[in-house]
Amino acid sequence: MISADIQTVLPEIVLALFAMAALLGVVYGGKDRLAGRLTSLTGLVLALIALWIAYTGEGTRTAFGGSFNDDGFARFAKVTVLLSAAAVLLMSRDYMQRRGLLRFEYPVLVALSVVGMMVMVSAGDLMVLYMGLELQSLALYVIAALRRDSAKSTEAGLKYFVLGALSSGLLLYGASLTYGFAGTTLFSGIIEAASDDISLGLLFGLVFLISGVAFKVSAAPFHMWTPDVYEGSPTPVTAFFATAPKVAAMALFARIIHDAFGGIVGEWQQIIAFLSVLSMFLGAVAAIGQTNIKRLMAYSSIAHMGFALMGLAAGSVLGVQAMLIYMAIYVTMNIGTFAFILSMEKDGRPVVEISALNMYSKREPLRALAMLVLLFSLAGVPPMVGFFGKFYVLRAAYDAGLAWLAVAGVIASVIGAYYYLRIVFVMYFGKESEALDGAMPVFQWLMLMGSAAAMVVGVVNLFGIEPLAAAAAATLVN
Amino acid sequence: MIGIEHYLAVAATLFVIGIFGLFLNRKNVIILLMSIELMLLAVNINLVSFSHYLGDLVGQVFTLFVLTVAAAEAAIGLAILVCFFRVRGTIDVEDVNVMKG
Repeated sequence: MISADIQTVLPEIVLALFAMAALLGVVYGGKDRLAGRLTSLTGLVLALIALWIAYTGEGTRTAFGGSFNDDGFARFAKVTVLLSAAAVLLMSRDYMQRRGLLRFEYPVLVALSVVGMMVMVSAGDLMVLYMGLELQSLALYVIAALRRDSAKSTEAGLKYFVLGALSSGLLLYGASLTYGFAGTTLFSGIIEAASDDISLGLLFGLVFLISGVAFKVSAAPFHMWTPDVYEGSPTPVTAFFATAPKVAAMALFARIIHDAFGGIVGEWQQIIAFLSVLSMFLGAVAAIGQTNIKRLMAYSSIAHMGFALMGLAAGSVLGVQAMLIYMAIYVTMNIGTFAFILSMEKDGRPVVEISALNMYSKREPLRALAMLVLLFSLAGVPPMVGFFGKFYVLRAAYDAGLAWLAVAGVIASVIGAYYYLRIVFVMYFGKESEALDGAMPVFQWLMLMGSAAAMVVGVVNLFGIEPLAAAAAATLVN
Repeated sequence: MIGIEHYLAVAATLFVIGIFGLFLNRKNVIILLMSIELMLLAVNINLVSFSHYLGDLVGQVFTLFVLTVAAAEAAIGLAILVCFFRVRGTIDVEDVNVMKG
């Protein structure tokens, strides 16, 4: 029934229509003068759609002959993606306005990339997967180069484009091999073809698919674009890159390996464990020498993706649940941290050097305290919520018989703690130097304090996301 | 007799040429765009030959989607390249190096 199909994809359609209507309205209505209001409105619409999905969605529905799934897993990922995108939009308005960066294309492109992410996490067919991924990526390439007159930003856009196109090519080659050897592009058909004894062609398809998605989640050894793109893009765009697309790509990863290749866990478990261990160590070691806080956050996100992949490597319901919890916590921490980075400025110019934070605690004790909580949480120091995220993935890996991976994870997180604690050290015991100035706009302040408070208060029951993630994971793995 | 394996071999060769073009090319960003196009077209050959071999139309529908997306991708790539050229005055790959890495 076509009307039932439309009903299932209604949130995506509404958001896509909103983006197109906003584009038309702003182009004919006033261009960049309306950009500020449109940014806030888009943030609001994204948050409303998140609430809509969270409160009305139930059960498992498929649409368009099984090529689009609306299940608990997709809804969990969608709500996380939508809320984080909304938070980033709301806190970036003020920053972009003062830098003369606020163009009306920005919220429209963010909305379109979020449509792409929603399609990605719901994909039940290689074609739908590809279309969602490309809609997301094409919008992201453009917003990386948003600051058209800056050498760094255009270079970031160019690098992201070339490496992103390469990863799409790899993914697509994998999709074509999978189609050829499974005889169908539907996940439900592939999983039948890929049970116990699979052909070499299908295995090649799986490897290409995994490496394509590994690019998108910036897992080592496919991470090389991340530091440059994070450094070069305008900071609000970096904040966006570090949150919503990562959740969507990680959910897509889980979707591919469980929905399409769930019958051959043994074949992909080693590959993902390898990606995981490499990302954790690379992220932890390479971040140590960084002086630019945006580059540091890039390596931090590589390390965090390694931990999330550890959950996937477990190949169990518990593993997917741990991955979902980890991603939700990661996104919350990153929004708070980037709210802080957005507020770092001196004489009206943005500052990204870590050394500029010397003795920050003297001038702004409250903000420094919030940042301390967030950095402890990013490092996984108990009793912050970030520790529980790590605890879940380690337990999942251990239960799945990957004890070596769990041990490696603990070692990597100890190494990684060094560079987070170095920032804390600089803020509290650093040298006297010229201090940062500038007040913090209200939304950034709210995001920073909210996310820091969540890292402390959340230890009580993680705000109840644990059973939600468990239910979501149960709909994916069976 | 030309069978499916010949088509797959051609596609694989083109795909590998595309990947090498991306990594070994030190001259011009336009060549990167051409290499990307080559990879996507290699995938199309794969899809069409599989589609014919399996007697299943889905592969050809997939090809149409890939062609459309490839066109959009080239348009966006060229647009970013134009911005880059306006700022830097060059499109040599060696000059894409303001940031290390």
